[in-house]
Amino acid sequence: MERISRLVGSTLARHLLVAALGMVVVVMALTAVSDFRRFQLAEMACLAIAAGGLTVLTGLNGQLSLGHGALMAVGTYTTALLLPDRDASTPLVLVVLISVCTATLVGALVGVAAARLHGPYLAGATLALAVAVPGLALHFRETLGGEQGIPVVAPPPPGWAEDATYFLTASDLTPRGWIAFLAWSTLILSFLLLANLSHSRVGRRWRAVRDDPVAAELAGIVVGRSRVSAFMVSAAAAGAAGSMLALVVRLAAPGSFTLALSLTLIAAVVLGGLGSLTGALLGAALLTFLPQFVTQIGRDAGLDDVRAAELAPLVYGLVMVLVILLAPGGLFGVIRGALTRRRARRALAARSVEASTSTRPDPDSPPDEQLTDPSGDHRTATTTEGAPR
Amino acid sequence: MSKQPTASRPSPGSTGASRVAELELDRVTVRFGGLVALSDAALTVRPHTVHGVIGPNGAGKTTLFNVACGFVRPDEGQILRRGEHLTRLRPSDLPGLGMARTLQGLGLFDRVTVLDNVMIGADRHARTGFWASALAWPTSGREERALRERALGALAELGIADLAPLVAGSLPYPLRKKVALARALVGEPELLLLDEPASGLAADEIDDLGELVRGLTDRMAVLLVEHHMDLVMRICDDITVLDFGRVIAHGPPEQVRNDPAVLEAYLGEDV
Ligand SMILES: Nc1ncnc2c1ncn2[C@@H]1O[C@H](COP(=O)(O)OP(=O)(O)OP(=O)(O)O)[C@@H](O)[C@H]1O
Ligand SMILES: [Mg+2]
Repeated sequence: MERISRLVGSTLARHLLVAALGMVVVVMALTAVSDFRRFQLAEMACLAIAAGGLTVLTGLNGQLSLGHGALMAVGTYTTALLLPDRDASTPLVLVVLISVCTATLVGALVGVAAARLHGPYLAGATLALAVAVPGLALHFRETLGGEQGIPVVAPPPPGWAEDATYFLTASDLTPRGWIAFLAWSTLILSFLLLANLSHSRVGRRWRAVRDDPVAAELAGIVVGRSRVSAFMVSAAAAGAAGSMLALVVRLAAPGSFTLALSLTLIAAVVLGGLGSLTGALLGAALLTFLPQFVTQIGRDAGLDDVRAAELAPLVYGLVMVLVILLAPGGLFGVIRGALTRRRARRALAARSVEASTSTRPDPDSPPDEQLTDPSGDHRTATTTEGAPR
Repeated sequence: MSKQPTASRPSPGSTGASRVAELELDRVTVRFGGLVALSDAALTVRPHTVHGVIGPNGAGKTTLFNVACGFVRPDEGQILRRGEHLTRLRPSDLPGLGMARTLQGLGLFDRVTVLDNVMIGADRHARTGFWASALAWPTSGREERALRERALGALAELGIADLAPLVAGSLPYPLRKKVALARALVGEPELLLLDEPASGLAADEIDDLGELVRGLTDRMAVLLVEHHMDLVMRICDDITVLDFGRVIAHGPPEQVRNDPAVLEAYLGEDV
């Protein structure tokens, strides 16, 4: 017990350590690769940040959102609208923060609606968001740039970053390298905050609402409020991701925020394993690099370019189906699931050994016929909301 | 770690043996469409007693609990907690009112650990806000540790501390029931509502449960819905009998046992 409490005790220390290590790895990786790879890695970071937010919403709080691409769009457009007047010198940090806040605000509105909806209704409402938001860009053509979108003036790297890069690597910091560094720093910061939340009282309350809203309410949790807060946190991450995406692709256009983007985010979350930030990162990496990798293999196998490009969605779908069939908990969930099952078997085995060796029958250890749940399907009985029966 | 979470509770005598009822339902009527689930039902739970509610299936026992917990707003009648009217009661108010309830269907958080389940039950003792959580502020760490101690204490009290790191959904039913009970007890309620705590348990487990519930009365009052008649007769101080939503009898066990109306409602059953 002492060991458990010591280990879990310093959540912050553990997470800061991982974050610092991550930062070192990121800097090393970014200096080692080509400028094009930096661009790809930056794109991956954006996807991962949004997937991290979505995995918290879906995995920890049990709410599905098909509209996270739209929340990213809110972040991207806010950044794009704020950046052209760089001469008015809004600091970049402030631009990103405002973008995050705007997305959070939209997330709050959606969250309030979502907290009252379930299953297919929730999916439908967020789907509407995914479809409507790009439409707004076409409707408000003058301010939002219509189909062409708004070009984004990415800020040049500051002097200190150039100096530091030269000092560390004896090479120049490229604009793309700088943006990739920003995107990955944002990723690490947002994952740090999300991980802290997940391991805290807030995360525990989110999980309680996910598993059994009625019991959560009896424990004093206002279920609606808890759901809205999860949606806001998730939207904030999407906003940060969108803001970074504006800098990476230097354009805010409706074409980047199709329903496919929202579905890609869900795919990343499902592939990695619901509720796992590491899984979200893995999923984002897979979805960024797999298509390119597969296309390359196709070309090497003698397919023409069009055919090779068609291979990617095929493999992508196949991987998805395989993961769902073979590892419904996601890539990361497989390992975790095996560990928890083994632990449960051991503890219960220890219990029955204890019982059979003690002279007095142990009331805690049930006879075998009691091992099944006589109340039948208790899950469906309690996860519906309203009055318990 | 051996410190019980309830050790700090003042003994019953020190509060001046208040006579005011822990809970009073006054002429409560609940209709679901045409169906009258409760009709003029009344009951009074005295401090430090076990109060049983019995009745055939569909008599309205769970509905009565739902009224007392704010899940169902009565069409008529009042709910009083220690003499104060509870208007607009919501289930999330319960911990603040010193009340806890177990659910007939258990309602465990199946995908998290037993420890997390019980820590949620102790959540009324937590203050950590959103930003302190997001930044993992030292105060939040300290509070988490205190909450964990509390939860482990409640698990130890029921003899299941070794289950703390296991996922609740993976446990056999009787152990799940204990976890649900620990989750209710860890909040240190002064009024505990138990909905069929003995269902699905073996005979010796029911005996232990009876002893446990009896032992709780020095720190709380218990309102209990139960079908196991011998258990109810043995551990209850007062019994209210419901039939078709009406209170057909109430009083101490020996009186209720011989009440003609009760015998009729339970026709053929051994009361
Ligand atoms: N939310 C609801 N909507 C409609 N009818 C309900 C609702 N809740 C309960 N009822 C009905 O009210 C009556 C009383 O139900 P209740 O669950 O209170 O009975 P009970 O005494 O707890 O029964 P059991 O012993 O089977 O648990 C039943 O006829 C039930 O079908
Ligand atoms: Mg019932």
